[in-house]
Amino acid sequence: MNNTLVMGPVLFNWKPEDWRDFYFRIADEADVDEVFVGEAVCSKRTPFLDPFIPDVVERLVAADKKVVLSTLALIMNTREMNNVRDITASGDEDILVEANDVSATALLKGQPHAIGPYVNIYNEGTRDYFARNGATSICLPVELDLNAIGALAKDSPVPLEVMVFGRLPLAISARCYHARAHKLHKDGCQYICAEDPDGLDVQTLNGEPFLAVNGVQTMSHAYSDLSASVSDLQDLGINRFRLSPHANVDMVAVAQLYREVANGAIDAQEAHARLSGWMDGAAFCNGYIKGENGHTFSDAQ
Amino acid sequence: MKKLELVCPAGTPAALRAAVDSGADTVYLGFRDATNARNFPGLNFSRPELEQGIEYARSKGAHIYLAINTFPTAGDPEPWHKAVDDGAALGVDAVILADIGMLDYAAQNHPDLRRHLSVQASASNPEAINFYQDAFDVKRVVLPRVLTVPEIKALHKEISVETEVFVFGGLCVMAEGRCSLSSYVTGQSPNTNGVCSPACDVRYEDEDDGSMVSRLGDFTINAFAPGEAAGYPTLCKGRFVANGETSYLFEDPVSLNAASMLSELQEAGVTALKIEGRQRGKAYIAEVVSSFRKSVDGMESGAEVENDLTQVAEGQRKTAGAYQKTWR
Repeated sequence: MNNTLVMGPVLFNWKPEDWRDFYFRIADEADVDEVFVGEAVCSKRTPFLDPFIPDVVERLVAADKKVVLSTLALIMNTREMNNVRDITASGDEDILVEANDVSATALLKGQPHAIGPYVNIYNEGTRDYFARNGATSICLPVELDLNAIGALAKDSPVPLEVMVFGRLPLAISARCYHARAHKLHKDGCQYICAEDPDGLDVQTLNGEPFLAVNGVQTMSHAYSDLSASVSDLQDLGINRFRLSPHANVDMVAVAQLYREVANGAIDAQEAHARLSGWMDGAAFCNGYIKGENGHTFSDAQ
Repeated sequence: MKKLELVCPAGTPAALRAAVDSGADTVYLGFRDATNARNFPGLNFSRPELEQGIEYARSKGAHIYLAINTFPTAGDPEPWHKAVDDGAALGVDAVILADIGMLDYAAQNHPDLRRHLSVQASASNPEAINFYQDAFDVKRVVLPRVLTVPEIKALHKEISVETEVFVFGGLCVMAEGRCSLSSYVTGQSPNTNGVCSPACDVRYEDEDDGSMVSRLGDFTINAFAPGEAAGYPTLCKGRFVANGETSYLFEDPVSLNAASMLSELQEAGVTALKIEGRQRGKAYIAEVVSSFRKSVDGMESGAEVENDLTQVAEGQRKTAGAYQKTWR
């Protein structure tokens, strides 16, 4: 069966030019099938990215990547609502839109669309509802284990996707913790989240790495690496694998790595060893998929 | 304007009676299993207890809402479906649901059973709320604790369902139903297990210097100097280090108290006020419910009644939370 490698949306506040150049390089060099483009975390960042989106989309399309426009996960005011309305109205059969909030699934009803990991799809009843609504792919919530994924994959009317690489999006809030960590408020945030292109490290009082803050989003400190579970996922019928972009590792190489894992060309231990080598000092996790605490890591397949 | 409805928590039959006796218009509660978002040991209702609770509430003119607001486990929806079926059979006034599959199930199988949308669905905007109304005939939405009062007012211009807002008690700082912090640390999630920062993963450890640390799973959540009052290590209310500074990064150990904003909330279009705390004892429930009863009754006569619930609030401190924009 064919594997679909998905490059998820950039979740961090990268400099707009860096953001553009990242996608250009993905278009030119990365062995991925689908690329998600657009702000999912904080509406204050969208005005900076918007001018670059047409060029990025054009470059990706020219490189035969399927492009999906991502949307905000948390929508609280008219400006944010209108932003999502505009994007959902701009999608067509060639360029789909990813819903990250129930509101966007409603706006996309009856037309093909993707659903991101911020929409709660934990069971068959919800999966089937969204399939009837027009969803053509569903990226599952990050906290599901293999049993739940297996039950969802069984007889699924819509292809399911699992995020296999990157810091896990664990929570989203009205409050900006990046601003708060700098004694600022969200309204006067000075876009301070741009200082941390992979998130701001959060440690416990005794200095253990714990979480990472990305504006209004809270992420895992550890990087999820599900390479050891890719073949299990394939056995369950999952063939869409999402990579979440980071600045501190070459995502073209990460894509190549997961392609080889998905094709069975290298085993998971080799894959994890390579990743660890590229990301000096990074901690990894894969506990959720094994039904354990999310932060734990075990390289047993 | 219609008088605000006071919706109060109960985790035990004694708490239910205390809430009703203290002036609750409605009591919300859950079954004793993972189908509700306060799945704590020794808490919640058996079927016979619910039946008696409904009888007691009815005798005093109060209503009962049944919270079935976790997300059913894939491969095992039965306990959730049965909870809706039993709630309908016993005659609850409404079910509070979060999962779309569950709303679909309830709408198809119990069309006459009133459906409310749980805060766990995190419906924070008009398109989402109107979707739940159009698709599942939801009559009321419990708003997530992310909106300011002006945002609630603006929202009401674009929706026609009732809204219910939290006014007192524990304060989720993350959008509800969209937080996996607890499962990242403990494996137990609000969405699937109905618990956050579960007690079975909590440890308090005495240090050599007389201080104490509180831990959740493998992680230190807070530390307390000798004599300092130690709070429960709810993950998002801990002290952490970021950007070289130690702080309550996500939220201070505070409770929500919006008692001084009831008129504003009513003017914004809100129908019902919700008090958090199904895990609380009957004395707490009685005190908080009576205080809000007085405040709501006081609004009728034009007198805003400030409550004095500071002593029962978490950390003895209060906040108006997201209702004020500066909170963000």
